[in-house]
Amino acid sequence: MINIHEVFETNKMIEREHFDVRTITLGISLLDCIDSNLETLRAKISDKINRTAENLVRTGEEISEEFGIPIVNKRISVTPAALVGGAACKTPGDFVRIAETLDECAIRAGVNFIGGYSALVSKGMTQADEMLIRSIPEALARTERVCSSVNLGSTKQGINMDAVRLMGDIIHETAVYTKDRDGLGCAKLVVFCNAPDDNPFMAGAFHGVTEGDAVINVGVSGPGVVKAAIEECRDAGFEVLCETIKKTAFKITRVGQLVAGEASRRLGIPFGICDLSLAPTPAVGDSVADILKEIGVEQAGAPGTTAALALLNDQVKKGGLMASSYVGGLSGAFIPVSEDQGMIEAVEKGALTLSKLEAMTCVCSVGLDMIAVPGSTSPSTIAGIIADEMALGMINQKTTAVRLIPVQGKKVGDYVEFGGLLGRAPVMPVSTFGCSRFTDRGGRIPAPVHAFKN
Amino acid sequence: MKKTIITVVGKDTVGIIARVCQYLADNNCNILDISQTITGGIFNMMMVVDMTEAGKRFSDIQKDLTAVGESIGVVIHVQNEEIFDMMHRI
Repeated sequence: MINIHEVFETNKMIEREHFDVRTITLGISLLDCIDSNLETLRAKISDKINRTAENLVRTGEEISEEFGIPIVNKRISVTPAALVGGAACKTPGDFVRIAETLDECAIRAGVNFIGGYSALVSKGMTQADEMLIRSIPEALARTERVCSSVNLGSTKQGINMDAVRLMGDIIHETAVYTKDRDGLGCAKLVVFCNAPDDNPFMAGAFHGVTEGDAVINVGVSGPGVVKAAIEECRDAGFEVLCETIKKTAFKITRVGQLVAGEASRRLGIPFGICDLSLAPTPAVGDSVADILKEIGVEQAGAPGTTAALALLNDQVKKGGLMASSYVGGLSGAFIPVSEDQGMIEAVEKGALTLSKLEAMTCVCSVGLDMIAVPGSTSPSTIAGIIADEMALGMINQKTTAVRLIPVQGKKVGDYVEFGGLLGRAPVMPVSTFGCSRFTDRGGRIPAPVHAFKN
Repeated sequence: MKKTIITVVGKDTVGIIARVCQYLADNNCNILDISQTITGGIFNMMMVVDMTEAGKRFSDIQKDLTAVGESIGVVIHVQNEEIFDMMHRI
């Protein structure tokens, strides 16, 4: 039988160390909604989402109460809209109507975000893909809860540089469209290399075409729990440190598995995956950067940071893998800047730069995340930063991503305030050397040699 | 049988266990196990309870016990045992 120490250990994690289940994300296929008439398509989308997600929020709240574990977000992901809207949409404006429908569905279901305003263009863009991409700035400006993502490359297919260059423009435009809100639209827009089909985390969640009709994916969290656990082994060697992280990740993930199973059973929707990510929030004590400091670097970004992050990421995976029957999504440590108090502090103290962040993305999930850059950053420079990050993902056979906010009218040293989970960020300097001759070449970067395993 | 774990944490005072047990008895909840410690004047108690025959819904018992806790200056949580089993048992 469970003993008193175990019970209080679990409750201490929840009450004092910010342990929570970060999200239950309900993936819904919209492939059966496809119609050549836009109004019919919108009605079918509404009907399918409303029907499938009707009990999501209430069920999440019930589970949360019964087990005494906070479930912070309930969310929805849908089939990439470029695939669903291809037959009906003749203009980017038509796609915006779909975004509005998704937003209405999210509000009705009571979820805080709906992901899947997306296109998968790692090799080429269909007309529909390109129209959806061109509609993103307006779609994100006119909606509140819609999140957008574009997959620009993969290890199997290489990098679609035409799409990378286009996304440089689109990210810039999105910032312009939402300049009255510090470029908030860009916080809901992410580009990927090797995007997973079953990611429960926003902004990049979409319901992949390989998925079934509906699926429950769960993202656990708990940077604070890991930090508290390793505080106990401050003077220990790497063996003890790694074992401690692994055991903690196991415990955290078991709760994710429990919540996922319960949500799946109560909603009558199959369980997809647990995502093992350590996802920070702006709250003090819920920081991945603080774990890196506890491991032994003075600030995130100091020499040793990449190695510390690599071991953290690997131990989280090793501990989590055995704790869940199916693991997927992004699964690792997230290193967003604006959403992590320790990362913000590291930038403010001059310890953390964009270049160091790029190095860190080689060993963790996911990428350059929630980074505010000067509004004067050119679209081709944004495309160059994206291309670099996509190359890391392509060559290392991992997911990488970019979520940059070129904040209009702001310069290095200024701040953006998004509030809530999205946090606040200091505007970081970007290299002023150009790359337009590279990004404007046109075409694709071929798939790397690693792709040919057949 | 679905077991429920009730935890009580707070400053030690006369009658904490009595109040909680009285409530459980009144609502037909069977106590299977009790353990407690007092460290630095802080009272920590855990009860394993069978609530299958309880006359009230789980969420109502949670609310009632929260109120009982408030009236005697302690924090009471009522949780399904599975969360602890999942975390601490393979």
